[in-house]
Amino acid sequence: MSYLELLKLAAPEAIVVVTALVVLTIGLTTARALVLGPIVAVLGVALAIGAILILPAHANLFGGMLVISPLNSLFKIICLALAIATVPLVSSEKSLRNPGEYIAVLLLGSVGLMLLVGSEELLMIFIGLELLGLSLYVLAAFDKTDVGSAEAGLKYFLFGSTASAFTLFGISLIYGMSGTTALAAIGQKLTTLPLQPLLAVGIVMTLIGFAFKIAAAPFHLWAPDAYQGAPIPSAAFIASGSKVASFVVLGKIVLVGFGPVHGSADWHAMVAGWSPVLAALAALSILLGNFVALAQTNVRRLLAYSAVAHGGYTLLGLVAGGREGFSATLFYTSIYAVTLIGAFAVVGAVRRETGGDNLQNFSGLGAWSPLLAACMSIFFLSLAGLPPLAGFFGKFYLFSAAFRAGGNHGLLWLVVVALFGSFVSLYYYLIVLKVIFVDRQSPSTPQPGQSNARAARTSDLNVSTSSDVFSRITVTLLAAVVLFLGVMPQTLAAKIIASLP
Amino acid sequence: MIAWTIYITFVGAIVLLVLPRVFARWIALVTATAGFAVSLATFFCDDVDLAHFTTIVRVPWFPALGMNYHLALDGISLTLVLVTGIAAISAVLFSWDVTDRANEFFFWLLLVVGGSYGVFLSADLFLLFLFYELVIVPKYFLIAIFGSTNKEYGAMKLTLYSFFGGALVFLGIIAAYVSGGSLDLNQLAQFQFAPQLQSWAFPVLFLGFAVLAGIWPLHTWAPTGHVAAPTAGSMLLAGIVMKLGAYAALRVAMNLFPQGFQMWRTWIAVLAVIGIVYAAAVALRQRDLKFVIGYSSVSHMGFVLLGLATANVFGVSGAVLQMFSHGVIGALLFAVAGRMIYRRTHTRELDALAGMNLRQTLPFAAFTFVIASAASMGIPGFSGFAAEITILIGAWKSYPVAVWITGAGMVLVAAFTLRALKRAFFDVDGESAAPSDDVKQIPAPSAQVTSSAERSIHLEPITVPEKLGAGLLMFATLAVGLYPKFLLDRIQPAVEAMRFLK
Repeated sequence: MSYLELLKLAAPEAIVVVTALVVLTIGLTTARALVLGPIVAVLGVALAIGAILILPAHANLFGGMLVISPLNSLFKIICLALAIATVPLVSSEKSLRNPGEYIAVLLLGSVGLMLLVGSEELLMIFIGLELLGLSLYVLAAFDKTDVGSAEAGLKYFLFGSTASAFTLFGISLIYGMSGTTALAAIGQKLTTLPLQPLLAVGIVMTLIGFAFKIAAAPFHLWAPDAYQGAPIPSAAFIASGSKVASFVVLGKIVLVGFGPVHGSADWHAMVAGWSPVLAALAALSILLGNFVALAQTNVRRLLAYSAVAHGGYTLLGLVAGGREGFSATLFYTSIYAVTLIGAFAVVGAVRRETGGDNLQNFSGLGAWSPLLAACMSIFFLSLAGLPPLAGFFGKFYLFSAAFRAGGNHGLLWLVVVALFGSFVSLYYYLIVLKVIFVDRQSPSTPQPGQSNARAARTSDLNVSTSSDVFSRITVTLLAAVVLFLGVMPQTLAAKIIASLP
Repeated sequence: MIAWTIYITFVGAIVLLVLPRVFARWIALVTATAGFAVSLATFFCDDVDLAHFTTIVRVPWFPALGMNYHLALDGISLTLVLVTGIAAISAVLFSWDVTDRANEFFFWLLLVVGGSYGVFLSADLFLLFLFYELVIVPKYFLIAIFGSTNKEYGAMKLTLYSFFGGALVFLGIIAAYVSGGSLDLNQLAQFQFAPQLQSWAFPVLFLGFAVLAGIWPLHTWAPTGHVAAPTAGSMLLAGIVMKLGAYAALRVAMNLFPQGFQMWRTWIAVLAVIGIVYAAAVALRQRDLKFVIGYSSVSHMGFVLLGLATANVFGVSGAVLQMFSHGVIGALLFAVAGRMIYRRTHTRELDALAGMNLRQTLPFAAFTFVIASAASMGIPGFSGFAAEITILIGAWKSYPVAVWITGAGMVLVAAFTLRALKRAFFDVDGESAAPSDDVKQIPAPSAQVTSSAERSIHLEPITVPEKLGAGLLMFATLAVGLYPKFLLDRIQPAVEAMRFLK
């Protein structure tokens, strides 16, 4: 194995790292980093996507440390695309004082995503998790003028590092039991091993770390504060890219690595293994997330609790297992990520105009910005799972996979819980839309869309208008993607299915 | 060709958003008329086999999961497409006076109409559910933005009930899809589902759809929603949306799970009969004219469910005919109550209306309401009679007891309809007796009543669009009432082809 070949196969990661450094330099040297930084970042990431496309389709370095397969390449591209979608949000976030540094950290986080997705070996996965985690802690706490941001960063850091400790402990136990850290080898080893308590502890500990990453209840406690307090692009990135990569890796770990100790989550026929654990996490997340979201008055907190619930739905596919279940999970988490970045972009725009992101800040959005309102309704109705939007198809795919799995429809209970949860969720999504379209600003209060925006425009005319256009274009594109994937789901789903071995 | 009903309606909805507001109602009218014209043209040229669910369009949509964009047509769906067209045109005509956010109003309205066309024509389970859910959100905005009394509550209640039904349906659809291995309704209708699956999947699916058809005890969204909705909203709700549930229950639940249907049909009949009698009894005690009509809708939909539960050709054909009939009559009743009366008098309280002498100030409204009431009570010569008598003949074969109870229910229907008719239009002693009577109980309406003498003079006359809309609906109920064979000849063969009859 020559280093030249390693460099060639790791070219996409290298390109993103170099881009991060270039953006950092731009941020230090010019005052126009707010405009230049995002452009360079987008170009660099696009270049990396191009590099992924021309790499060979299959390669395996150092026993799984860097694996190139259709699945990994596809999800590297998806993660990078999510990063591209996040970058324009940065340019419209005026509270960030060092946009160059911010974008550089964001790009380093993307490298973490790529390592995470592109590895099938526990140690490398852990390094990816840490690189991603550290970048995200910084991103969450980046707004130094805002107490909420500091709180978000600290909470995220404390919970995250504890969860990492659990994962590392779990990994060490599994290494002790199987004598290897490569997922495929672990899978082979476990076929001969009975499910001893030590192994069970190792598996559960490993899963806890991922449950934290995907914000599954009861490891979701950081999510509401991080989503609410962190700068908008950070929250969007935490909710999208980080989640997608975590689900890809979690899927690979449980289905490839822990495959033999699947267990069974069937009603009346539970067998110990990881699938009952994930099923319990899923059911708890769905119920808790949806019911707590009902009581929220801040849209970002509401999105956080809905994210908990959506994490629960997405786990259904993993519990179902198999090719169909995994592809359903991957499809759902991808479209969820796209939807959530869009929703956060709209929240960011509303926050700029009205100075807040509580429910009442959204009242009358339909009147003063029909475009944002229409996009927001597309995102929220997709989250609610209404046709003909992507979320609906995702749910159908996910629930039918879960229903099919198990003997004699054993996972029916989980499907019923999920359907009940998504029924409950419709209420709070509709309330937001009601506020947007039905409520009118009372004439006594000043029109937020005009006064604040005008004040902003007089201060820095150029930046404000151009960044508004940037984020508006992004929002519209994301809404178009959600709509398109709802009408033509096979464009993405077929690719995912084809990429699975 | 009939597939164009869907496309025309959705294109019209999008055009509405783009063009300036002044054209809104005209575009809506043209779109609705075009949709209706297409369905009429299909009705009169006999090149489609209406006895079977014949495929019109079939395009692969997502082959890996067996999804197709698959539309089909038989006599049952054609009948319902027809009533959708009629209700759509009249709903547009009766909202001719909407000027505030008119684009949006007609946009949501056309989405409801287009989605309904889609449900009636879908031959793919996934597609059917897609259109079915597509109707719900526009309905919410139509009511929450443009409605009247307690609109946000009514809209949310209606929507949550619909979504609850939708969640049950979703479960049922997944069960059918995973077990049957297909989403094609015609293929699934050949498939033998395991009896154990049918025994739970049928009630889940049927109940999910029946929520939208106003099955007792999940009917309470209907009166509240109808009252809260704007006139056109109530007309569409009563005219089309409640039919969606009944139609899908017939097309999907009953046709896919015949054994499950046999196991549960007695329960359906029991609920249906309770619904007929209970809703009629409740309607008798309402003070608000729209509540009376709302409960009458529940009662009439009870007949549809009873007809479905009979599981014989007469009963089920009658149920389909009743769907058509109630679509027209319900729309007409709401049009009179919401547009003709409420927009002019600003009250729907029967006690207040009694003093207004509406029979003389709004003679056309009185005339229309008499016709609609007669049709609603099931007077021979109107479509209501033809439909209900067919249902009762069918029910007599299966559940003789139900016929007796329903007969008593029909007396109640007549009673509350006549009461509403008399209080609203023909209360002779209204001006002298009502005030003294009302002062003790409800002071607010009495104030209106005392001033009604001078106010009644200022009521604007009935406009031409209203007359056209009312004329269309009255013509439809009379035509079908006098010559029901016209529709029944197309409905019956399609019903006979259904699996649960064999």
